[in-house]
Amino acid sequence: MLKTYAYPKYEYQQPQEQLERSVARYPVVIVGAGPVGMAAAIDCRLHGIPVVLLDEDDTVSVGSRGVCYAKRALEILDRLGVGDRVVAKGVSWNVGRTFFRDEEVFNFNLLPEPDHKRPGMINLQQYYLEEYLVDRCVELGVDMRWKNRVVSVQRMSDGVRATIETPDGTYGIEAEWLIAADGARSPIRKQMGLEVEGKVFQDRFLIADVVMKADFPAERWFWFDPPFHPNQSVLLHRQADNVWRIDFQLGWNADPEEEKKPEKVIPRIKAMLGDEREFELEWVSVYTFQCRRMQEFRHGRVLFVGDAAHQVSPFGARGANSGIQDADNLVWKLKLVLDGKALEGLLDTYSTERVAAADENLMNSTRSTDFITPKSAASRTFRNAVLTLAEHHTFARALVNSGRLSVPVVLADSPLTTADEEPFSGSMVPGAPMDDAPVGIGDKKAWLLDQVGNTFQLLYFTDVAERLAGKLDELRGLSMDAVPVEPVIISEKAGAMDGVRVLHDLMHLVARRYDAREGSVYLLRPDQHVVARWRKFDAHKIRAAVARATCNPQ
Amino acid sequence: MPLTLTPNFSEPGKRYFRAFSPGDDFYEMLIDAHRDLSDEQSAMLNAKLILLLANQIGDLSVLRAALAQARDGV
Repeated sequence: MLKTYAYPKYEYQQPQEQLERSVARYPVVIVGAGPVGMAAAIDCRLHGIPVVLLDEDDTVSVGSRGVCYAKRALEILDRLGVGDRVVAKGVSWNVGRTFFRDEEVFNFNLLPEPDHKRPGMINLQQYYLEEYLVDRCVELGVDMRWKNRVVSVQRMSDGVRATIETPDGTYGIEAEWLIAADGARSPIRKQMGLEVEGKVFQDRFLIADVVMKADFPAERWFWFDPPFHPNQSVLLHRQADNVWRIDFQLGWNADPEEEKKPEKVIPRIKAMLGDEREFELEWVSVYTFQCRRMQEFRHGRVLFVGDAAHQVSPFGARGANSGIQDADNLVWKLKLVLDGKALEGLLDTYSTERVAAADENLMNSTRSTDFITPKSAASRTFRNAVLTLAEHHTFARALVNSGRLSVPVVLADSPLTTADEEPFSGSMVPGAPMDDAPVGIGDKKAWLLDQVGNTFQLLYFTDVAERLAGKLDELRGLSMDAVPVEPVIISEKAGAMDGVRVLHDLMHLVARRYDAREGSVYLLRPDQHVVARWRKFDAHKIRAAVARATCNPQ
Repeated sequence: MPLTLTPNFSEPGKRYFRAFSPGDDFYEMLIDAHRDLSDEQSAMLNAKLILLLANQIGDLSVLRAALAQARDGV
């Protein structure tokens, strides 16, 4: 029990099929009710897929754990319907200060680009995120089964059979598709004999959650080699409820049990804060980490997501953030396959796309780790030289790497995208996650990203919506295809058209961010990534791009 | 030509989606070049690298300014 948070306890109920001694078959069974498993479950329900979610425990994350949620994850949480609660409870910060030994060498202000709904990042204890996700799962009718531990999985040609242990004994369940969201130590991965390859970092970190009694700025402070903790690094970050997260690098030889004792932790924090500030210790943990991933994230009818598939160092907040993006990438593909509108091969692209993302996350978080905890004298000398030069020179500041802001990968090399035929400037290349911008619907202000997603869509740019009246039949035709494409008109002037949504480009920012002109069209995936774009509407080309994006014959 | 003190890393023909990427690419190359070397070997690598880069820059006024910046505060 924390001073600022009471853990909910979710009720276990004996599953119906265990009572009846029958084996039920479900389209999707998800193992693990962490942020990633729940994101996948919610997305399944939004697509109308019945889903069972199994968890061996009956509460949320113990301890604050993942605390940074980046813009793209927040946008996905918006689509899933929990973004507002997460952002309302979370803490925004913009100022970061970097210290080397006893001096502040520089500070930065993230100053997010204006006119996006969500900021670059918020801080929130993982247990809050999980609580909100549980509420949303319940609201959408996810079949949540607490205290249901998967003891074995058996692969079949057309599905997976799982044996599950509950307080009432064991029972069997069948899934057409099983999503393994069972964490870094993934028992399912282990039981299937699948390897995860990568690097173990020989280092230990102490995390302490501290309730501050006095005001303290909502800033991120990072110390390299501070006098109160020589030769190591320390990070201070604010979370909700006036709780502060403090990370101390301990080194490999530290004794985790010893380091967790309050009599050991409290003096460390006192030395950091100076003695005058009062605080209370809320939660302490010691962790190590690995940077590694599975070779493939799809194994027949089993799909691995989140930490079960890939693990990164915590620097740069790429764990939960990338896991939520796994779910975002997977579920629309699963829906098309379940509906018989795409072949199973589409799910191989879940693996290729998210493996590419995992590699980028692994690269960035490994680089941060190498900068923060140099492994040789030469590496340490370079690191210290960068920090020394950073006080005066911007080129060196750009090299200081205490964790790079988690940003989504651009799927530029994905087989699902269609290459440009004509030049476009800006960053909305095929494969890019969409940029947000303000739009108007009638006289109401809204956000572009809240208006798209869950299905393929076509943004059609024009000065005046009514000008496209002649295209109405062709646009409606697209929306009646087997894989429907919903047309959405982005109009520079406010307007309306019968049966087609029109978004008013209030500040002309949509057209600017997408480098669009009169007649430009953008084809979008259900996960808000750009598939293809053209300067001129051509239904034939659009259908070919949809076929390519769903691995269907063109 | 004055000494460049603003971020200046790039690779011809390569598109960067994030501003920090080219600098991080360079830093990784640098640290990788030193992997598994003894301290003495690392010092030798650094000396050779400085000589190669100095010859590449060539302009003694730039090198003089860089040397002064490097010496400052050491």
